[in-house]
Order: sequence, then structure tokens, then C-alpha cells
Amino acid sequence: MDLAKSIDIIWILLSSFLVFSMHAGFTLVEVGFTRAKNSVNIVMKNFMTIVLGILIYFFIGYGIMFGKSIGGLIGTNNFILKLLNNSDTTNFAIWLFQAVFAATSATIVSGAMAERTKFYSYLIFCFVITAFVYPVVGHWIWGGGWLNKLGFIDFAGSTVVHSVGGFSALAGAMLLGPRFGKYNKNKTSNAIPGHSIPLAALGVIILWFGWFGFNPGSTLSGSSPAISFIAVNTALAGAAGALGSLVYVWLKYKKPDASMVLNGALAGLVGITAGCTVVSPLSSIIIGFISGIIVVISVDFIDKKLRIDDPVGAISVHGICGVFGTLAVGLFAQADYARISGFDKINGLFFGGGFKQLLVQFIGSISSISFSFIIMLALFSAIKYSVGLRVSREEELKGLDITEHGMEAYSGFQIFTNE
Amino acid sequence: MKLIIAMIQPHKLPDVKKALFEAEVYKLTVTNVLGCGQQKGYTETYRGVIYEVNLLKKVRLEIAVNDDFVEKTINAIKKGAYTGNIGDGKIFVLDLPRCIRIRTGEEGPAAIG
Repeated sequence: MDLAKSIDIIWILLSSFLVFSMHAGFTLVEVGFTRAKNSVNIVMKNFMTIVLGILIYFFIGYGIMFGKSIGGLIGTNNFILKLLNNSDTTNFAIWLFQAVFAATSATIVSGAMAERTKFYSYLIFCFVITAFVYPVVGHWIWGGGWLNKLGFIDFAGSTVVHSVGGFSALAGAMLLGPRFGKYNKNKTSNAIPGHSIPLAALGVIILWFGWFGFNPGSTLSGSSPAISFIAVNTALAGAAGALGSLVYVWLKYKKPDASMVLNGALAGLVGITAGCTVVSPLSSIIIGFISGIIVVISVDFIDKKLRIDDPVGAISVHGICGVFGTLAVGLFAQADYARISGFDKINGLFFGGGFKQLLVQFIGSISSISFSFIIMLALFSAIKYSVGLRVSREEELKGLDITEHGMEAYSGFQIFTNE
Repeated sequence: MKLIIAMIQPHKLPDVKKALFEAEVYKLTVTNVLGCGQQKGYTETYRGVIYEVNLLKKVRLEIAVNDDFVEKTINAIKKGAYTGNIGDGKIFVLDLPRCIRIRTGEEGPAAIG
């Protein structure tokens, strides 16, 4: 095997390992932003997402996403990975990379549905998203499907991963209903503070670290000259996102709220994920900064106006900022950067390309989020009216650790006063 | 003046608070405690080993009341905390000889509010 090929495979694998480590990040963020009496449940949901996600993607998801297409809508073969010919094992590396991406999308939903979802209902959801919803959207955009052919650009997955996850989360949170004690009869909202901001902060930093595999790794080639500026764009957008949130929150709420700043960094990272290879570093900063502001406004809107309870802000960070990041490609794409990674002359609205790319981005985003949202609405409704989606009020008050798992996360600590 | 101390199940606290507020009792102190009574223990598992937990988590309420509020308070607590299972808890009523409000220095029934 020649050197260039080796470098490519090493790069893909290294990035896969980084994206895999993002699950530690997700787990910590969710544990930190929710109450201690549900921590075992959060850990189990996130951990089983990796477990089920990888296995299901192996048997079903990968084929649907990358198999031979019917009508640009869905893949139909290549379901179980095999040795293709002689010693070319690139497909294994690519499989692993795609599998950890799939699991990342699924785990977004566990945050929005935290603290009140039946464990096995969540597992059913996990199966459906990794077997079907994520691979179908992925097929449209990366597997040679119809959006791919339209020229839709979503380089590392603002739509495929984050919007699909975010809008599935919306469907779930809507059908679940808010946590007990979250909303009052007089339409005001109560804060249910997370029990460990340090864990959440650690989680965000691990996620950011993993993002350096998520974005640059999507070149699928270690010898691509793009990987260096993709990494830079990633770093800048995350920083700008956190800064955007900090500024906005400090002005609006008079105090720099750590949880929003942490969410802001994630928002910036989600925002740059679609366009990290076609925009300049300066554009990345702008995209990140705006994402950081959007996420704060969105969290407020969803919580107070829509009255949908999202314990960790997943819908805002991943769903809304995913859409923004996707549309931002249509605004900020620059041919100089795009051509380095093999996209032909693409210029966004701000760089003389007119509305064409923006329109394509809009079509792609709307179709993907509608598909995810509607299918998930149907799935969660089916679960709700059959085996049940939500735990009982008493189980919710006692805490899912004791009721669903028969154990405590912090045995020996007295953590029990309910609001 | 009386001091009412109640041990209740932690997950009944929202119901007890609501019942107390409906009875116009707004001032209370809440602590986390461990305890057991007739509910001797329940089993948990950890890595396949079943073990008995003898001291269970409870929530302790302390409410200072004037004599005319005693029955109202007790009934509110009973109503809120009742589940019918062993482990619902107990209420103790103690005599309270003096009560002082720190901010104003008031004493006696006026200080209880």
C-alpha cells in the first residue's frame, strides 16, 4: 500500500477515534446539566447509544446510507462489511468513521429527553435513528443521493448529524412533555439547575477536542491540504461561539452564565460544521459568533414561548444552529477555499455567488429536518401510545436511577430534596 | 407556640409543600436525613450483589407555628405525604417556649408569623 493511502487511512482512523471520544463529552454535559438522581440513567442512555448505534449501523445503517441508490433516496446493498478486494481495507476505516458519526446524531436526543424517558423507549428510538432516519438523510447528502446531486454542501454534518438529531429531539421533547415542576400554571418557567457545572464544562471541552476529528476528518484524506484550515476554522468558530454567548448573556441577564457560554461554544462548532472547508477563517469567526447569539435566543424562545422542556438545550444547539450553519454555507462560501477540497467554484451570497447556493442549502435543510421531525413524531407517538414513552410521576420524583436501574449514581451522598 | 417536625418520603415533598401552602403555612425548614422505622430496608443491587439498605433517605421538615395553626399544619402534612405504604413517615409536635425574629428582634407569636 502506498504512502499516500496509508496516510489517508491513518487520518480517517484517528479522526474516528476522536469522534468516538465525543461520547464522553456528551455524557458529561448531560450529566452535568441534569439532576444527580438521574445520572445513572443519563450514563446508560449515552453509553447504549454507542453500543447499539455501532452494531445497528453495521447491520443496517451503513448499507442504507452508502449502498447502491434507488432514485437517490435510499441505499440498497453493502449491508455487512466485508473484505472487498485483496488488501484494500479503506472501506473498513470509512465504515468506522461513519459509524461514530451516526452514534453522535442519536445521542443528541438523549439530552432533550432527559430525566423523564423510559429507558427501553429510548433504546427503541436509538434503533430507528441509526437504522433508518440518519442513514436515509445521510444517503441524500453524502451517499450519492438527490441532495448530493443538487449541489448541497454539508461537509461534516451540520444537517446530517446535528439538524437530524436536533429536530428528532424536538419531536421527542414535545411528545414527552415537560419535567414535573418545570412550568407553572401562570405560564412562568422554573429553573431546574444542573448538579455539576464542572462535569458539564469538562464535557464541552472533550466535545470540542473531538470536533477536531469531526471536521478535518471529513476530508477522508490525510494528504488533503484542506485539513489544516478546517481545523483552524473549527477552533475559531468554537471560540467565537462561546464569546457570542458570553456577550449576549452578560448584557441580557447581567451575569455571565456558565451553562450558556458552554452551550455557545458548542453552537459555534455546530454552526461551522457544514461549511468548515468552504469558508475563510474570518467567516468562521462570524458564523461562530452569530451561532453563539442564536443559541441563547433559541433556548429562551423554546423554553419560555414554546414551553418545550429541553434540559440541556440540545434542540437549540444542534437543531437551530445546525440549520444556521447549513444556510451559512450559502452566504459565506468562497471559491478560493472550496477549491482546495475539491468543490468546484462555489461562492456564497456575500462573495458574489448570488442566491443559488443559498437556495440549495435551504432546500436541503428543510427537507432533512422535515423528514426527521415527521418520522420521529410518528415514532415517538407510536411508542407513547403502546409501551409508553414517559415514566410515571412517582418514578420521575424518585429519580430514574433508583426506579429504572435499581442503583444510585452517588451512593452515600444525600442528594434528595425535590423542589 | 409549637414546633412541628415531620419525616416524609423525599418524593412526596412537592405534594406536602403544596398542601402546606394551601393551608397558608409558608415558612418551613427542610433538611435531608437518613432514617428507618418500620420500613426496615429495601434491596439494591451493585455489580450483581444484592444488599440491604437499612437507613433510608428521608426529608425532614421543621415548622414553627402558633397554636391556632397546629391542626391545619398537621392535616396538610398528612394529606401531602400520605401514600398508604410503610415508610410514609411521622410527625412530632414539640412545645416551643420562645421564638425570636432576628431581623426585628420581635418575640413570641408575632415572630412566628
